[in-house]
Amino acid sequence: MAQTTNGKTDNILLDVKGLKKYFPIQKGLLRRTVGYVKAVDDVSLYVREGETLGLVGESGCGKTTASRCIIRLYEPTAGQVLFKSKALSANGQPKMVNLLELTREEMTKVREEIAMIFQDPINSLNPRMTVADIIAEPMVIHGKYEKGKSEELIIQLLERVGLRPDHLRRYPHEFSGGQRQRIGIARALALNPRLVLCDEPVSALDVSIQAQTLNLLQDLQEEFNLSYLFVAHDLSVVQHISDRVAVMYVGKVAEMASAEELYANPLHPYTEALLSAVPKPDPLYKSERIIMQGDVADPSNPPSGCYFHPRCRYAVDLCKQKAPEFRELKPDHWVACHRAEELKLQGI
Amino acid sequence: MAVATAPSSVSLVKKKELGQSYWDLVWYRFKKNRLGVLGAVLLFVLYFSFVVIPEFLAPYALENRSRYVEAPPTPIQFLDEEGRFQAPFVYGLERRVDQVKRLRTWVPDTTKKYPVALFAQGDEYMLLGLIPMNVHLFGLQTSDKDARIFLLGADALGRDYLSRILYGGRLSLMIGLLGQFLTLALGVTLGVISGYYGGPVDMFVQRFTEFLAAFPNIPLFMALSAAIPAFWSPITVYFMLTIILAFLGWGGLARQVRGLVLSLREREYALAAKSFGASDRRIMFRHLLPGTMSHVIVIATLSIPGMILAETALSWLGLGLRPPLTSWGTLLQDAATVRAIRFTPWLLWVVPPILLTILTYNMLGDGLRDALDPYSGRG
Repeated sequence: MAQTTNGKTDNILLDVKGLKKYFPIQKGLLRRTVGYVKAVDDVSLYVREGETLGLVGESGCGKTTASRCIIRLYEPTAGQVLFKSKALSANGQPKMVNLLELTREEMTKVREEIAMIFQDPINSLNPRMTVADIIAEPMVIHGKYEKGKSEELIIQLLERVGLRPDHLRRYPHEFSGGQRQRIGIARALALNPRLVLCDEPVSALDVSIQAQTLNLLQDLQEEFNLSYLFVAHDLSVVQHISDRVAVMYVGKVAEMASAEELYANPLHPYTEALLSAVPKPDPLYKSERIIMQGDVADPSNPPSGCYFHPRCRYAVDLCKQKAPEFRELKPDHWVACHRAEELKLQGI
Repeated sequence: MAVATAPSSVSLVKKKELGQSYWDLVWYRFKKNRLGVLGAVLLFVLYFSFVVIPEFLAPYALENRSRYVEAPPTPIQFLDEEGRFQAPFVYGLERRVDQVKRLRTWVPDTTKKYPVALFAQGDEYMLLGLIPMNVHLFGLQTSDKDARIFLLGADALGRDYLSRILYGGRLSLMIGLLGQFLTLALGVTLGVISGYYGGPVDMFVQRFTEFLAAFPNIPLFMALSAAIPAFWSPITVYFMLTIILAFLGWGGLARQVRGLVLSLREREYALAAKSFGASDRRIMFRHLLPGTMSHVIVIATLSIPGMILAETALSWLGLGLRPPLTSWGTLLQDAATVRAIRFTPWLLWVVPPILLTILTYNMLGDGLRDALDPYSGRG
């Protein structure tokens, strides 16, 4: 799926193909499985080295689950997660490995290269550990903690994310939300990763702190040559930070393109509806709001055909019968819509 | 977080709590709870006197018999027959037979006076099992080998009951601690494993605790103590009893720890540890277990009295410790007849120390419960 036509194929760091995660619904004394919540239902996306892929969608559409499946916090039901790993290659040349086929030991090695930043700055730091212990934890786990040298590194990291060395011996409850998220970022960088999965890292922060944190993430990306998979539900945040954007709807990727392309020329009706909801800073601008009908589809009982068809104002019969294929319509612009060629959709 | 209504006091508290660990905060809050501190101090005094130095506090050795069978408490006298003030002394005891009640009684023999002294020399003992000593906190200063002071009376073999209560506390108090320690080890480990792994492991552990809980306790105790061979030494029996109590008691704790772990393991910090490649053991015991500790400590503190009472009850029923081991339970056994209550009511003096122990444990437990939640903002 990642064979793009613009020749950037070899730069791909993370290539997710047909990722699925079904959570069983169990009922009764014998815990019979009566159905599945299709939290992630055939997600395909890729992240190039050094870029940021924004992953947006409504609450409950499976963004977080997808990102957690990538690092195997949840075991995916099906699919492939290809990652260009340096840790697992013998000759120092990075090689593509399928994370889902790795043994526990191999996966532990790869975890040095993929870090995660969590949504909730309160819950993602262990309240019984000092800041120093929290940031040192990944190093200790991987047996890379050396007294003195690592402590210096931790102080450097702390200063790099904008905290003071005297914060080291403090506990998470003594910090503000933004500071805690900085601690989480320092922890993610402790092992010098190449890919960072950011699971809504700013959605729990207030707006002024959001901007600071986003700028910090961008600076760090340049400095450490990081690639981000940036999960968010806020389109303006995503526009600010992303090189490319993937839009999810009920466990599927609806559209994926570079940020400018997606915002200017959306190809999927769902993207168009989302974009129309972005507040515009111009008070005189009369936007044409697209109010979607109905509710988000139930992932345990999704509609037939295209999951979006009950709410889509362009839906035709075909949409009810057949699920659209996720295809590359223009170079590096992927969409899952039967009518993508014919529709003229409104961007911003 | 601090509210801005009273800036001065808030900033003061903030400064005090700055850079302090969870346990610093707990200590800070615990200190402010008078009842809890009182409980802790009393408990320390209780354990020190009953476990560490009962030999010194007791005027006589545990098995020091005398001819004064079932002698009532001897009051310490300060005034002689003419009403003159004197250094404290006790009268000797003389045996009488009450012709009306047809009973043996002991009456003071005013011709014999024995001065009471602090740090008197008496029976030989080993302090802490190491230092040979013969000094007791108090005793009679006399060369008369027959003289005795019975502040709480004597039992059916003429032994000083105060001494026996002091010695008996050692076994009773230690069984609570030892038993609770075993319960903690079992309950916490199985609870964490059960909560963390879930699924079939959880199913098995939980059904097993239910199986244990569903047993009627007393018949089970009877069966288990019947299974203890009669030729075992009393001290082995003591340890078996501890193990039995712990084995029956861990279920409740395991359930509570499991419940806490179930909620904690979904916290993002547990996920974070997993995302960095922490092993299951590390997640369970470094990240999840400390989060349950505050709860566990309170539960443990509040259930030690249960252990002590269980020992007492079992020994009272004759299922637990047996003479010559002396615990509060075996002492209660002596006091358990109508005859004892009617004619030797001083044998009930073993009850106040039991009550006091239970009470102090509860005071400490309540204090800890309030202190161990320093982020709650209460108190």
